[in-house]
Amino acid sequence: MEATHDHAHEDHSHHPTGLARYFFTTNHKDIGSMYLWFSLIMFFVGGFMALVIRAELFQPGIQIVNPDVFNQLTTIHALVMIFGAVMPAFVGFANWQIPLMVGASDMAFARMNNWSFWLMPPAATLLVGSFLVPGGAAGSGWTLYPPLSIQGGISVDMTILAVHIMGASSIMGSINIVTTILNMRAPGMTLMRMPMFVWTWLITAYLLIAVMPVLAGAVTMLLTDRHFGTHFFNAAGGGDPTMFMHIFWFFGHPEVYIMILPAFGIISHIIPTFARKPLFGYASMVYATSSIALLSFIVWGHHMFTVGMPAAGNLFFMYATMLIAVPTGVKVFNWIATMWKGSMTFETPMLFAVAFVSLFTIGGFSGLVLAITPVDITLHNTYYVVAHFHYVLFSGAIFSIMGGAYYWLPKWTGHMYDEKLGKVHFWLTTISFNITFFPQHFLGLAGMPRRIPDYATQFTEFNQISSVGAFLLGFSQLLFLYVIIKCIRGGAKAEAKAWEGAEGLEWTVPSPAPYHTFETPPAFH
Amino acid sequence: MMKTLRQIAGAALTTLPMLAVANYDVNIPAPHSPISNQIYGLHMEILWVCLAIFVVVFGVMFYSVFAHRKSKGAVAAHFHENTTIEIIWTLIPFLILGFMAWPATQTVLAMKDASNPDMTIKVTAYQWKWQYDYLNDGLKFYSTLSTPRDQIGSPEQHGKPTNEHYLLETDNNVVVPVGKKIRLLITANDVIHGWYVPQLGVNQYGIPGFIKDSWFQASEPGIFRGQCSQICGKEHGYMPIVVEAKSAEDYAIWVKEQKTKQAAAEGHDKVSLADPVTR
Repeated sequence: MEATHDHAHEDHSHHPTGLARYFFTTNHKDIGSMYLWFSLIMFFVGGFMALVIRAELFQPGIQIVNPDVFNQLTTIHALVMIFGAVMPAFVGFANWQIPLMVGASDMAFARMNNWSFWLMPPAATLLVGSFLVPGGAAGSGWTLYPPLSIQGGISVDMTILAVHIMGASSIMGSINIVTTILNMRAPGMTLMRMPMFVWTWLITAYLLIAVMPVLAGAVTMLLTDRHFGTHFFNAAGGGDPTMFMHIFWFFGHPEVYIMILPAFGIISHIIPTFARKPLFGYASMVYATSSIALLSFIVWGHHMFTVGMPAAGNLFFMYATMLIAVPTGVKVFNWIATMWKGSMTFETPMLFAVAFVSLFTIGGFSGLVLAITPVDITLHNTYYVVAHFHYVLFSGAIFSIMGGAYYWLPKWTGHMYDEKLGKVHFWLTTISFNITFFPQHFLGLAGMPRRIPDYATQFTEFNQISSVGAFLLGFSQLLFLYVIIKCIRGGAKAEAKAWEGAEGLEWTVPSPAPYHTFETPPAFH
Repeated sequence: MMKTLRQIAGAALTTLPMLAVANYDVNIPAPHSPISNQIYGLHMEILWVCLAIFVVVFGVMFYSVFAHRKSKGAVAAHFHENTTIEIIWTLIPFLILGFMAWPATQTVLAMKDASNPDMTIKVTAYQWKWQYDYLNDGLKFYSTLSTPRDQIGSPEQHGKPTNEHYLLETDNNVVVPVGKKIRLLITANDVIHGWYVPQLGVNQYGIPGFIKDSWFQASEPGIFRGQCSQICGKEHGYMPIVVEAKSAEDYAIWVKEQKTKQAAAEGHDKVSLADPVTR
């Protein structure tokens, strides 16, 4: 006991500084920060691609990029945002918050944690760097459907490799998170007393472990079809392109929930804090999250209603998809019931949370519309789908990430962020988000397909509105970066409990959280 | 970069007068087949249900946002957990979903029933054109985009879209008789494509090596436009579909014309109706 204590102490005083600190760190806070910065950088990289797309779509005809490059931009924009921005952001939150919330000294596998992070930059380099190879980046859409992806050049192989590496990173991260949560909780913190964010991440981690290998399998088969003469997806050799879609979406649908369940967790902390009132139905929130996760495995076919599945298949996937509305509704009702008769204040995190609940629900409604097979068939691969998934992923996942960042910045930096600028950032983001994506519903209903660089003139007006919104939205995010940097550099001193209504172990340690916390497990009541 | 920006700004200004004829359609285009009619109805029904739920649920939330604020002296209540309420707000959505699922099921079954067609057209997609085989009438032709390339342009030489049906026009339209059940056998020869004509309620992938069926019935004469719905490479945006529904008499005349044309073009060769193309 004595010896281990001494050893820990030695580590403490001799940890490397400068760049080496970040290369070799096994500290969950350092790694969490690196994940968050990585995510923010990728958010800007993916955002830049989106702006080129929106600039090209400002008017009919080709002006800025040729159709080949346009397809590459849509493909890599999606992959960068999903695997580079949203997922690493949530892993960053997990790294910072899970040990602090369960009262653990660090993540269970600290060295593997370092490795999971440092796999990400090479993967991102492969992905973004693939623009520079002959033929340009993969242009098959992020779903990489064969045979189109079989036609691509070396960039498709780079993309496959990047997906493999990011998948490995996600699996390692998930194993780490599951192990930490199941084994390192403070004495007295039973599963049904864990903070909601921890619950949602526990479920998310299981989803990741279940489906990332499936994606790895799918892209490996693509790779062998491309180079080693297999015919998994080639009808001429007895394969089936449809099989790729089934395997891909068996990963792809749970993936959607991987990107939204931790968001639910973050929102379930922000709303009670600023309503100064406990979460209305803790147990039902846990059950609802679990039901969503389970249902996510049996709805993949709703991405494939235009493939020509038999009627029984179409009906099964329609019913299963509609069912998801029930637990999702339970979550929304619970958040509203938490706000009801609270004593609310509207600091930036709360503004993002309220916007999340309303706008994510719009995405939920358009999801319900798309669940209805016949309606989906007329809207499949149109801008309606683009609008739908940006409502759930941007005003869903990303709003929760921004809200969460404002919520925990005081804990991470020891300073309060600039509230006035935070609010300006919120309003700019919310308004320009809706200008960008709401008109896309109309474009889709009118029949504009997605992933086209050029369009019939009847779609001009809404595309122009959308492009103007996109540029506002993109440039507003520079303000987010500025607020973060300003907060790191200084600002009003944050209390240990930075928010009046905040509950949880993370608010019992000083702000900024010291490099090592909970070296002995805290008391949990 | 500056040059491009200036060009965009210039283009933006020139489009301003267009606002006079601006198109702000916010709904599914008018349906022209029994199936697209049902789809239109289903969408409207669900839209209204969603709007009603939205108004009720967010009415409650925004009331709370305005009324239960600390700045108005609201003191937080401390209630939480109520099983009865949880059960109620789980069951009500179930009922609403059942109400939505019933008519949707009828439409799914109707859409999938391509049996007993009046005629069959085989559609083969290529990068980047469509091929149509009229199996009953012995016609076969390709259909490609007819918008001139200089209207589309490139990053170096910006295009000027002037055609009324820019990008939604083909050299050979798919002509069909009105009121007849047309079965489509859809496949592709290289990559996956999607045969998508919203006003006729069809959106079906063509998958290389497989034949999928779909059907439609144009309820009145007219021209219905659509596009490839699945990304298929660089010209994905440039493979439109134009369906022309004509009366039985006009259709017969068209078939005759096509046959003459085809015979002339093929030097009286027999039209090949070979099996689906596989790779």
